[in-house]
Parts: sequence; C-alpha cells; structure tokens
Amino acid sequence: MCKSSVLLLALCTLLVAPVFAAAPITVSGAWIRLIPGDAPCGGYLAIHNNTDKPIELTEVSGPDFKRIELHHSMGAGGMSHMTPVKSITVPAQGEFSFSPGGYHLMMWRRNKLDVGQQVPLTLHFSDGWTVRATFTVKGAAG
Amino acid sequence: MMRCGFAATAAALFAAVILTACGGKQQWQTTNITGVMPDLKFTLTDGNKQIEHAGAYRGKIKLLYFGYTHCPDVCPLTLATIGRALKKIGPEAKQTVVLFVSVDPKRDTPDVLKQYADAFGPQFVGLTGTQSQLKALAKRYRVSYSYDKPDAQGNYAVNHSGAVFVFDRDGKVRLLMNRTDGADEMAHDLKQLIES
Repeated sequence: MCKSSVLLLALCTLLVAPVFAAAPITVSGAWIRLIPGDAPCGGYLAIHNNTDKPIELTEVSGPDFKRIELHHSMGAGGMSHMTPVKSITVPAQGEFSFSPGGYHLMMWRRNKLDVGQQVPLTLHFSDGWTVRATFTVKGAAG
Repeated sequence: MMRCGFAATAAALFAAVILTACGGKQQWQTTNITGVMPDLKFTLTDGNKQIEHAGAYRGKIKLLYFGYTHCPDVCPLTLATIGRALKKIGPEAKQTVVLFVSVDPKRDTPDVLKQYADAFGPQFVGLTGTQSQLKALAKRYRVSYSYDKPDAQGNYAVNHSGAVFVFDRDGKVRLLMNRTDGADEMAHDLKQLIES
C-alpha cells in the first residue's frame, strides 16, 4: 500500500514536472533602472513564448506605478528618439527582449522605489493570458 | 595565388607592427574628429545655479552629451556606459568631467539635474540653460533637438543627438563617441587622452 503510494507520487511528480517546466510564457532578467526624482524609470525583461503561436504583449501594470508604456528607442550615432508602441509580438517558440537602447518599459512611479527592491508586475497578453513577474530595482547606472 | 595573398597579409601585418612599435600615430577605438569642430565654449547653468563657461573645466578631459532626464533608456544607457569606462580608467578618471546638457530646461531644473547627474558618479555634471543658450551650443556642434507633442498627461519625448563629444584639456575637440561604443573602447581612448 505504502509502496504503491510512493510509486504513485513519484509518477505524479514525473508527470507534473514537465508541465511546469514548459509554462506557456516565462520571463527572465527583469529589472528596473531607477532614475532619481520624478522622471520615469526604464524597465527591461525577456519574454519567452513556449507555445506554437505568436503572442502579443499589450500592457504591463503594477501597484507601484501610475502608468507603464511600451517604448522603442531608435537611432544611435545621429538623433535619438523614443516612440510609444501599442504592443509587441513574441514569436512562437521564441523570445522578445526589452533591453537598453531598444525596446523598454517607460514607467511612471506611484510609490518610492529603492535599489535592491523586488517589484511585482503583471504582463497582459492579447489573448487574455496574464503573467506575473518580479523586477529587481537597480541604480541609474544599471 | 594563395601564397601571394598570404605574403601580402604578412607584409601588411608586419608593417602595422612596425608602425605601432615606432609609436607612430595614436590609434583610436572611437571616432577621431580632431579639428573638425570648434573648441568647447558655452554659457549654461549647473546644479549650483551658477553660470559655467567651458573655462571652468580647463585642464580636464571633457565629455559633452545632450539629453534630458525624462529619457529612461538612451540617456542613462549612454551615461552608464561612460561611467563604466571611467571606472576602468581608475584614479586618473578624476581628470575627466562629463557634461550632461539637458535640452529640456522646462522639466530639468538645476536641482533635478544635480540629483540626476550625481546618480552616475562624481565626474558627472548636469547643465542646462535658456533656449537661446542651448540652441547656440547645439548649433556649435551641429546637433539639433526638438520636442514631440505632449500626450494627454502632458508628457513629451525629446529628440536629441546621441553623440558624445570629447574635448582635451585645452577644450579642443578630439573624439566622437556614442552608446554603441563599448566601455572598453571609451576607456582606451579616454586614458590615451589623459596620458597624452
């Protein structure tokens, strides 16, 4: 009896573990660049799409922020400019990176943040998926 | 044919080694713009609300960058890369000063700028000025800036130059850097300028 329970438990673990490993959407390397004063902060992360369909990120929200927009910086040697984007698409079985000098989250704070703090945010996707992610707050110099 | 190619490559390499060994011209890893732009000169305001002339930084290697603090991505990225380069240089970095000139004086008051510049390190100074002062400086270095239409919340993006101009101790223009240059390349060239 006992033996078979253990076996059953082991079997369950084996069955369940791969399901967790292959969560449809995962996030890595999420951090916020803390800008002094009231100016907006920049947010960065990589989104991994483990499904066979492209997914579209439309919104990011969190209790510590009044407003978060998706932005894209362009131009390197010449003029630099920043444009808001409505959404970004993460390809099927692929990833999309928000990284310095490219796509970023433009984040207007509601609450004071400190370097080292872990901040919860929710990513909203067009098909109704929501994914919670924890961002690490770093200093202005990253 | 193949042999010829090898011989030519070897000869070129040999020539390069000889040139370097003979201490020929300084090799730069960012863009050398010596002589193509006027000397550094401006009238602006710093965080202590004083008017600064370029002469105030005489004797230092000066890095000039135009930006604004409501720029969460490119400006801090550029300043952070410069900061990393200065860390690599070590104590000699004290001989440099990074002039972050905000072209958004409406939001970037001297106090805001001081707080912002301090976040990147002791070598960073935040400056701004009146529109006519800023326009004069931008024109001098052939860069421009403009403001996007404010959104519903009154926030607006500023289009600005991505260039970092580097001036020697005498205020002569020497190098052009940008955020795609790595901290290693910047450090190499700044060290070379400090030691020359």
